[in-house]
Amino acid sequence: MWPLIGIAVVILGFALRLNPLLVVVVAALASGIAAGLAPVAIIAAFGKAFNANRYVSAPWIILPVIGLLERAGLRERARDLIAGVASATTGRLLLAYLLLRQFTSAVGLTAIGGHAQTVRPLLAPMAEAAAARADPEITDAARQKVRAMAAATDNIGMFFGEDIFLAVASILLIKGFLETNGIIVAPLQLSVWAIPTAVSALLIHGWRLLRLDRKGAAK
Amino acid sequence: MIGLPFLYTIAGALFAGWSLLTLFDKRHPKRFGSAAFWDLLALSFLAGDVLGDLGNGVLVLALVAIAGTGQLGRGNPPSSTPTEREASAARHGNRLFLPALIVPATALIGTLGFKYLTINGAPLVEAKQVTLVSLGLGVVIAIVVVMRWLKPPLLAPLHEGRRLAESIGWAIILPQMLASLGAVFALAGVGQIVGGIAGDIIPDGSRIFAVLAFTLGMAAFTMIMGNAFAAFPVMMAAVGLPVLVQKLGGDPAIVAAIGMLAGFCGTLMTPMAANFNIVPAALLELDDRNAVIKAQVGTALPLLAINTLLIWSLAFR
Repeated sequence: MWPLIGIAVVILGFALRLNPLLVVVVAALASGIAAGLAPVAIIAAFGKAFNANRYVSAPWIILPVIGLLERAGLRERARDLIAGVASATTGRLLLAYLLLRQFTSAVGLTAIGGHAQTVRPLLAPMAEAAAARADPEITDAARQKVRAMAAATDNIGMFFGEDIFLAVASILLIKGFLETNGIIVAPLQLSVWAIPTAVSALLIHGWRLLRLDRKGAAK
Repeated sequence: MIGLPFLYTIAGALFAGWSLLTLFDKRHPKRFGSAAFWDLLALSFLAGDVLGDLGNGVLVLALVAIAGTGQLGRGNPPSSTPTEREASAARHGNRLFLPALIVPATALIGTLGFKYLTINGAPLVEAKQVTLVSLGLGVVIAIVVVMRWLKPPLLAPLHEGRRLAESIGWAIILPQMLASLGAVFALAGVGQIVGGIAGDIIPDGSRIFAVLAFTLGMAAFTMIMGNAFAAFPVMMAAVGLPVLVQKLGGDPAIVAAIGMLAGFCGTLMTPMAANFNIVPAALLELDDRNAVIKAQVGTALPLLAINTLLIWSLAFR
């Protein structure tokens, strides 16, 4: 039971808004010591995992490209483009992106979207421009909500599209797990069952997005 | 064969460049701490494989010591002024979108096409790393195209990259840190303990309660670990297989596939899934670092209920 103390450290640390990096290290030490590991062994295990997981941070190499294009006015252009199209409301714009993100993820193309690649330089300024046209006196807090919804839409579109693709990591993980337990399933048998949830995600989140426009108009 | 080392060399060189520029940024409020942070990260990417496990562990402690005590700060990388950006946006118009499409287009073409490129029968690019390698290649192509077309100063890619990296701050290594925490949790046996608890609390023979324990357990354990992949084997072994499939006769494909998606609902609601929830809050300059999670809860909770109902109604026919 005691190794769960690391989970308590994480929950408490995040709730108290301590620096998450410190919280992570303390949680690792707490759980490891509770499980009877020596501190040096825990640090070595953490270092080994950190080195093996460098691919998680490697995509940051895209930052110079995004920065260069921002320097040349990409965000301003994205904003102006949407400001000139009267029918492009915040909700409709994000709904169109949700559809595109779900569809491209479902055919295995998760890499074409993302927070650094598309949300910051393109989607967020476009959604903000549409919101600012609907309400010229929009507050900074409301602008931040629109940006947060843009990021949320990217996540939801990817999560509930990618599992329809046969070769995605999660489908392979499921197949592997079932196989080691003597149950043989084809990837297609798994990925078709991702479709009902994908459609539900589109309906629920799409409805919330379109409601953004109505809430804006009611003000 | 081209694989992750190709990508790590680019990333290591980039971090080393940021470290040097920070060192030369004399008005940087946290000049030495920030330079040391990027330098250690460069060391990890360029030489991590020869540092040894304990060496890498000490490197992590040093990174955390710098970032955790607020020694990682924002400097003043030279960039364009808002007026210059407006003028450039008006002058170049929609053509500005074209270079932004180079990286996704290369990722797409590489993912689909690299498997056909072979040298003496061996694939040119390691099959498992095709997407990441294509991303790296796309970045290089995009930088060359933009430099030739817009002719910014030679160091502009490094300066602009550093400007964005500094706005993200410590969150830049949080996803990698959380992935490592998951490995230590696994070593400490956290998964088995949670799975045991989840297996114990289900009342005998109740189908809806068993399904609920499975989907809620997937979501909750995903929220703790920040990753549905870590939660899936634990919850499947504790509840999914023994109770839903073997005892109640559920279809394993449906239970597993929709169970994973119940976990994804948990991913939407936790700061532990930092690359999806915390990093974008920093990237979009949101004051509340949980703002993205708050925007997602309204979709995640109804979707979790639907996933529960889907397993309950489809898996036991």
